[in-house]
Amino acid sequence: MKWNWETFFDALPFILPGLGVTVGLTFACYLFALVFGFFWTFLRRIPIRTINWTVTWVMEFIRSTPPLVQLFFIYYAWPMIPGIGVTLSPFTSAILGLGIHFSTYIGEIYRSGIESVEKGQWEAAKALNFSTVDKWRKIILPQAIPPTIPMLGNYLIIMFKEVPLASTIGVAGILLMANTYGARNWAYLEPLTIVGIIFLLLSYPSAILINKLEKRMNRRFDKEMAFVKEEVKNA
Amino acid sequence: MEEVAVKKTSEIEEKEDPIVVYKDVHKSFGDIEVLKGINLEIKPAEKLALIGPSGSGKTTIIRLLMTLEEPTSGDIIVNGKNLWKMEKNGKLVRANEHHLRNVRGEIGMVFQHFNLFPHMTILENCTVAPIHVKKESKEKARERAIEMLERVGLKDKLHNYPSQLSGGQKQRVAMARALVMQPKIMLFDEVTSALDPELVGEVLEVIRDIANTGKTAMVLVTHEMDFAKDVADRVLFLDKGVIAEEGTPEEVLQNSKNERLQSFLRRFRG
Repeated sequence: MKWNWETFFDALPFILPGLGVTVGLTFACYLFALVFGFFWTFLRRIPIRTINWTVTWVMEFIRSTPPLVQLFFIYYAWPMIPGIGVTLSPFTSAILGLGIHFSTYIGEIYRSGIESVEKGQWEAAKALNFSTVDKWRKIILPQAIPPTIPMLGNYLIIMFKEVPLASTIGVAGILLMANTYGARNWAYLEPLTIVGIIFLLLSYPSAILINKLEKRMNRRFDKEMAFVKEEVKNA
Repeated sequence: MEEVAVKKTSEIEEKEDPIVVYKDVHKSFGDIEVLKGINLEIKPAEKLALIGPSGSGKTTIIRLLMTLEEPTSGDIIVNGKNLWKMEKNGKLVRANEHHLRNVRGEIGMVFQHFNLFPHMTILENCTVAPIHVKKESKEKARERAIEMLERVGLKDKLHNYPSQLSGGQKQRVAMARALVMQPKIMLFDEVTSALDPELVGEVLEVIRDIANTGKTAMVLVTHEMDFAKDVADRVLFLDKGVIAEEGTPEEVLQNSKNERLQSFLRRFRG
């Protein structure tokens, strides 16, 4: 089989419309994971041992099972469970499956951010008699979340690369379009190359962007430290 | 001199009910009992200094009052209300957060390591609690915060961030932040211990100012003996989890016969 530019340019307009679905699904899953991540984080903070234990194991279970299996379960198996079975569209199943899977990782990132907030900040919030909600909203989260932004950004790229899994349950993203084109014309080389190029073109610049963001946040911190040192010297 | 000081304390004692009472308070961390039965009364507007070797439990005493630690046994009464216990179906049970919030509002605290909110400006540090906890209007909170920051000499730093301040300035902001909440009792936990020696003076000056003008009761955990002598109505010497000596600054810091106290004080005089 030889590379054929004609096939390449024939496949391109067939595949490209799938890009909207792929990118849309990525952001939808990501948003779901960002919100649901908080759910895990706060569930785990409930100071009741049985709840804490259960949540930890459920999270561990979700992370230790392949997302593809979870996707299949939600799409194919769940509708067959009597009583609670619900049939979902491929797109919704994908949001739920991938979103829940990655929310366990996002939840861990939130947790690391929250644990990085100094004990003194919690004590100051208590000494000023903040309500629980205001303590989180005004004091803890504004300090816990910004340092995790680069890590959260990395997960956006990782999820973007996992979203093609959804093609297995029929979400018409670029991979499914390329596969369909390949099956129809018995030409897989060009369409799948296109898929690869699209992913590279989107992932690589995003990675650079996030890297820059990370550096800038570190620099901001360094600058503050330099300022403090100078002040101390002058004092 | 000595007589005058004694009279000052007794006058207060006669006139007013205590604002804080500790009744046989014990506190253990694991197997280690750091407080072994503390009985203590603090009068409104009284200035109390807690001194003692490290590990004697003096910081724990005020951390229990700020609800940062929970006593193992005993009662702490604040303004007539039991701090750590509440009534439920006619029985005294462990206080929940709602109850703690109701009582805790009377108390303010300044920490050894300042604990300013690093993501807020100096002004925001001093307005966030009045706005969100006391539900004051933004304008009023701002006005009072500026007033308080002026009093501690930091009016020109309103829009700076804590990271841009020296330790002494940070600690003065921390005091303004606690004061705008108008607590009836202010707790100071070794507030000069983390400061460079040349910055200690400015912080003590502010405390002296609060002590002289306020009706606020103050509990100072401190290693500044001269300062304690100056500001305090009463000095408590803590040793191994009990109040080993108690009295006017003169009684405790100059005339005590307690040997542990003597050797403790010698270390400060060098």
